[in-house]
Amino acid sequence: MKLTGAQALIESMIHEGVDTIFGYPGGAIMPTFDALYDYDKKINHILTRHEQGATHAAQGYARVSGKVGVCLVTSGPAATNAITGIADAMLDSTPLVVITGQVGAALLGTDAFQEIDVVGISQPITKWAYQIRRPEDIAWAVARAFYIARSGRPGPVVLDIAKNAQIQEVEFDYKPCKFIRSYIPVPDINPSQIEEAAKLINSARKPYVLVGQGVVLANAEAELKEFLDKGDIPAAWTLLGASAMSSDYRLNKGFLGMHGNVSPNMKTNECDVLIAIGMRFDDRVTGDLNSYAKQAKIVHLDIDAAELNKNVKVDAPVLGSAKDTLPALTALIRKMDHTEWIESFKVFDDQEFEKVIQREVFPKSGELTMGEVINKISEATNNNAVVVTDVGQNQMMAARYSKYSQTRSLVTSGGLGTMGFGIPAAMGAKMGAPDRTVLMYSGDGGFQMTIQELGTIMQEQIGVKMIILNNHFLGMVRQWQEMFFDERYSFTHMKNPDFVAIAKAYNIDGKEISERTDLDDAIADMLKDDKPYLLVVNVEKKGMVYPMVPAGGSVTNILLGE
Amino acid sequence: MEKTLYTITVFSENTVGLLGQITIIFTRRALNIETLSVSPSALKGIHKFTITVFTTEDVVEKVVKQIDKRIDILKAYYNTDDDLVHQEIALYKVATDKLLEKGSVEDIIRKYHIRILEMNTDFVVLQKAGHYAETQQMFEELSETIGVLQFIRSGRVAITKSKVERLTDMLDANKKYERE
Repeated sequence: MKLTGAQALIESMIHEGVDTIFGYPGGAIMPTFDALYDYDKKINHILTRHEQGATHAAQGYARVSGKVGVCLVTSGPAATNAITGIADAMLDSTPLVVITGQVGAALLGTDAFQEIDVVGISQPITKWAYQIRRPEDIAWAVARAFYIARSGRPGPVVLDIAKNAQIQEVEFDYKPCKFIRSYIPVPDINPSQIEEAAKLINSARKPYVLVGQGVVLANAEAELKEFLDKGDIPAAWTLLGASAMSSDYRLNKGFLGMHGNVSPNMKTNECDVLIAIGMRFDDRVTGDLNSYAKQAKIVHLDIDAAELNKNVKVDAPVLGSAKDTLPALTALIRKMDHTEWIESFKVFDDQEFEKVIQREVFPKSGELTMGEVINKISEATNNNAVVVTDVGQNQMMAARYSKYSQTRSLVTSGGLGTMGFGIPAAMGAKMGAPDRTVLMYSGDGGFQMTIQELGTIMQEQIGVKMIILNNHFLGMVRQWQEMFFDERYSFTHMKNPDFVAIAKAYNIDGKEISERTDLDDAIADMLKDDKPYLLVVNVEKKGMVYPMVPAGGSVTNILLGE
Repeated sequence: MEKTLYTITVFSENTVGLLGQITIIFTRRALNIETLSVSPSALKGIHKFTITVFTTEDVVEKVVKQIDKRIDILKAYYNTDDDLVHQEIALYKVATDKLLEKGSVEDIIRKYHIRILEMNTDFVVLQKAGHYAETQQMFEELSETIGVLQFIRSGRVAITKSKVERLTDMLDANKKYERE
């Protein structure tokens, strides 16, 4: 069958199961957009208002659905605009295929109009980046791109397709990619590693599990629960591991890291065997490595060999997918009872409730707080919504005070910490999980970084529930200035527009509140239907996220505020 | 931890841009590549990179894992000099009259085990193969006596002393993953 390269590109994507694309047309990708015009029954193309928005939307879509997120943009500035989302997807292991147009092959290397070395720029922040210069390579490259993006430890792939390759004709024959000899995405489990790990776990009196996103990416939530139940092992989660266990699960001990819960951090330096599953010992989790879990034997389960022994020296590395390694480990561990150890977490939980949560979530007077707003909205959605966040205080508060009843319920920019992630990621999340309520928490700063995407929400009627926790500050930076920079508030105060009026201009309903007495009604109004909505909540200006492990400090050096 | 000279060997598919993918891994860690040599390997379609770097074992281990992780890299590993038979090649251009002034050309050939690649009335090109220290010593001695007009040394090439041929083993082992 003879097709143009552009048609071959779209047909290839359809073979890979693509039905949603986030994109933005322009010169070097116009032949593909022209071909896309005839595929409106098969492919839903969402026109974002900026290419960064397209990438974050594709990330949100991928994170909730487990499918590959797809972007289609032009060359030059479009490609560079997409870079932030690509880098974000790399650090957070999100499967993306980003297709960028490129000038014709004859013009490559001549500094032609809107020519940029996309493959060169994206090489350090992609799992694979490839330039297609002739139509014969399209089917092969697309098949390889999707295989690489979704298999093993997922990640972003960039396909840079020269304009001539989109226009010229090619005999189309699609074969999915199933094997690349230089790439083993899911290594077979090594029985001796499993035995070694099981021996350590069976000898433990105070075993402790750290759950990362690897569990979610492997769809191994049930396998995790079987493992924890049998071993009777308490577990805590990283930011991206949130919702891998439901909030009410008896062995779920909470959130790790800089703004995590007290007991998960304290117990890291008290356990005798630490079992890390699909997490990468990020510095926001470990704090000072020289004082991190030194008393414990460490077991590390990961699919990526480069993560083993990267930050923390491991006593028992276990290479493989959690889907394979967890059941193998469960089979070898003894059924245990660690009641006393599990109950020892409580004293820290009580301390945190008294010193931090009481004030943040259940204040009796004073201005509204972020924590109480998030807690109320979580309750109003039966702890069942997809929570998308921006970055900063809103993010930490949303992660802390949302409750999760099912997996893939927190979509947040973890590794890159991209402000402006919230709005577009929430759009993508809603497209990927149309039957779920999608909440988007943002600060007043991050909201204005990708505010243009309100246009996309309007045009596509994407029913996201946006909440701005407005403190008129770049709150997290302000918090650090207060704590570590002598209260010198250098360029963190913001004079803000009337956000509700802006939403109205985009035909999005909204409300602004400042009083505690208005909160319940405003939440009910926001959740009354499935339409997009903006709720602006003016919260205390100088709120702080506690607990806090100061950067570079020991995980047991936890500030609670007073 | 103590720094040592490590030799990193990388086998890759013969695709565009792989050298860049490898070098950025060094750049991120502010590591200098001491020597670099790239050529087709004994296996058709597979390229071999030999890179030397002065660092600690802890760092070289992480660098090698990150190189190995790139999609089109077949295998990356590292060795110290003890594990390797290694060689570099150096070319020296010296003035013909100075060389003849020094005395016997035969003495030089015998002393340094060199070959003469080119000779004319103006200059002579000498070639010496050896370890870094050996080619460097000859460079220094010639510089001090008759002077060296031009000098160039190749990157290291190396062969492991081990009986195991890691790449072919790895390619065989990977075949089990090729299902259907």
